[in-house]
Amino acid sequence: MSRPEHIAPPEIFYGETEAVKYTENSRIAAIQAEMAYRALELLNLPEDEPAYILDIGCGSGLSGEILEEEGHIWVGMDIAPSMLDVAKDREVEGDLFLQDAGQGMAFRPGTFDGAIRYLKTKRFYGIWEIPWLCNADKQINNPKARIARFFSTLYSSLRRGARAVFQFYPENDDQIQMLTDTASKCGFEGGLLIDYPNSKKAKKYYLCLFAGQADGHKNRMPTALGEDGSEHPAVASVEFEKRRIKERRRTDKRRPVKDKKWIMHKKETVRARGDRAVVADSKYTGRKRKPRF
Amino acid sequence: MRLITHNMLQCHVKNCNDNNFPLRLEEVEVELIEADFQPEFLQNIVGKLEWPAFVNTAVQLGNTSLPATIPDNAKDNEEFLKVLHSALLETHVQQGKMVCPNCSHVYPIKDGIPNMLLAEHEI
Repeated sequence: MSRPEHIAPPEIFYGETEAVKYTENSRIAAIQAEMAYRALELLNLPEDEPAYILDIGCGSGLSGEILEEEGHIWVGMDIAPSMLDVAKDREVEGDLFLQDAGQGMAFRPGTFDGAIRYLKTKRFYGIWEIPWLCNADKQINNPKARIARFFSTLYSSLRRGARAVFQFYPENDDQIQMLTDTASKCGFEGGLLIDYPNSKKAKKYYLCLFAGQADGHKNRMPTALGEDGSEHPAVASVEFEKRRIKERRRTDKRRPVKDKKWIMHKKETVRARGDRAVVADSKYTGRKRKPRF
Repeated sequence: MRLITHNMLQCHVKNCNDNNFPLRLEEVEVELIEADFQPEFLQNIVGKLEWPAFVNTAVQLGNTSLPATIPDNAKDNEEFLKVLHSALLETHVQQGKMVCPNCSHVYPIKDGIPNMLLAEHEI
């Protein structure tokens, strides 16, 4: 499966049509919703208190809408203008920014109660198939520098004790290593969390980072789901089971087609047409045969 | 862009570290969009605001209803919270630009979305 981040940088890949397609796809909406709820859970915000949350790479605001539903105030940033236009058209409540996460963030220290993201690691690598971006200045396309700048500005923009949660699909172990290393160099505690580690489909990587420690609280890594071998609810149940039962029932009801009534009807129609000779009806017509044995 | 977010923004051009807050608003168009009143959120956020900068910005945009200092009983003063709510969360800057007072970098605002991208030499 090709990843969008391999095809083109987001501001180009998510052009107008892609942006609308992405937003209207119900599967993507479901994935985003699941990710947003899980990320909110991992953020461990105080109960019933509206928080100020940063959504990095908010796109068309699908996850932002969930933050709204939960009563939080959010600020979103994205680098694809078309996605932001879609978000604007959908009248999301959060403030939107056109911003490149790799350039760092422009927020005052201690602003946010939490940050969530669906992270595309390739974005930081700056390795695009498109030559004109490959040829760009080394300084800006250096992935380590971009990630470091991102994490360090994020660290300062979070309030003490706030968390940042990123969901991502790593391509290899080096990527994970590099992300966690850079995060800890920038002052973050925490680490990698893998939900459903034994499932091929439902396996999800979360980077759960703590920006310092709030007074009187000890940072504890949240527990991953499905570590005891339990399955993801959607994977555990058989899909389309109801439909299968329905189909089976329908086939059961079908009678054998060529019974006496059918044969008589057929003969009648041919006789009415009159172009072929039809055998006369008798007591043997359409009669059920005896079993051979 | 709401004023709450403006109050949280500072210039992030390389080596622009002093006097880079608040970004000056110029040639702005303001729109009022209603939002739900959430006193708990306001009580939390009031301590995080740079109050003088916030009042200055509000005055610039023609909103003079804010007091010069935060009242002592801010958390229970519903009248104050209502005024704060309308200035903080309902005032949206739709068009215009933000200028850094230190390095004069211009961040344009179009359709309510500020463009915070930097050029290569500014990173």
